[in-house]
Amino acid sequence: MHLSLALGLSALLFGLGVYGVLARRNAVAVLMAVELMLNAANLDLVAFDAWFKDQLHSGQVFALFVIVVAAAEVGVGLAIVLSVFRLRDTIAVDRLRMLADRDPVRVGDTEPVP
Amino acid sequence: MTGADVVFGLLGVVCFASGVLVVTARNLIHAALWLVVCFGALAGCYLVLTAEFVAWVQVLIYIGAVVVLMLFGAMLTRTPIGPVQDLDSGNRPVAALAGLATAGLLGVLVVDAFRAAYVDVHGTAVGDGHVMGTAIFRYYVLPFEIASVLLLAALVGAIVLTGQRRANQAAPGEH
Repeated sequence: MHLSLALGLSALLFGLGVYGVLARRNAVAVLMAVELMLNAANLDLVAFDAWFKDQLHSGQVFALFVIVVAAAEVGVGLAIVLSVFRLRDTIAVDRLRMLADRDPVRVGDTEPVP
Repeated sequence: MTGADVVFGLLGVVCFASGVLVVTARNLIHAALWLVVCFGALAGCYLVLTAEFVAWVQVLIYIGAVVVLMLFGAMLTRTPIGPVQDLDSGNRPVAALAGLATAGLLGVLVVDAFRAAYVDVHGTAVGDGHVMGTAIFRYYVLPFEIASVLLLAALVGAIVLTGQRRANQAAPGEH
């Protein structure tokens, strides 16, 4: 099997993830796009493991660790999203502008913290 | 062009197409369900690349846990079930440009660097449970333990983050 097939698919998936993170407004959808990027990295790890014929199977073990870290990240990320939703009643990431340095007060945005 | 190439190519097409739907779907629930298809196709790709255990972990953790967690998150934040118009923010063209640039850069760089590389899927040891267990518990014990501590910390952190208000409300009642 050509290694470039796996690498090309991984690059495409990573590009999709970048697009999703930047274009999505809903924080849960942003988390989904982050998962796409993590999976692109996993595919690279597994593909290089198979190509290199690693005796220690480092690539596959690292893919497992990435999956563990991704599970932890999704748990904490959703907890943050839930507490933001409780505090602000919205999870639209472009409406949470309390930390923005440009045009902090705009009609329709949440009020700036005094 | 071997059978592995064909199978991987087909799975890759499924994976990429469902990935496109994940980031463009108007309905958040549909996006989560397309994520299941994408991860399932990726698990098939792992199987082609002889990573059997990783494939099953992918099915168990990603499809079984992460996507269900996403659906919980979508429902707990009262996301409308039907299609909504404002799921995408205003910077879609810039985001498309950035995504295309990233994919193009990565693709050209990595594919060009490993153009002649060929994976001999029949000559490699299949990464089944026995092989992976040996690798993890013989050579990667310390990272494994650190990963378990990380999961514990993430669990405690998630509980603390989501249980804050309840603790504040319960405090006056105790006095």
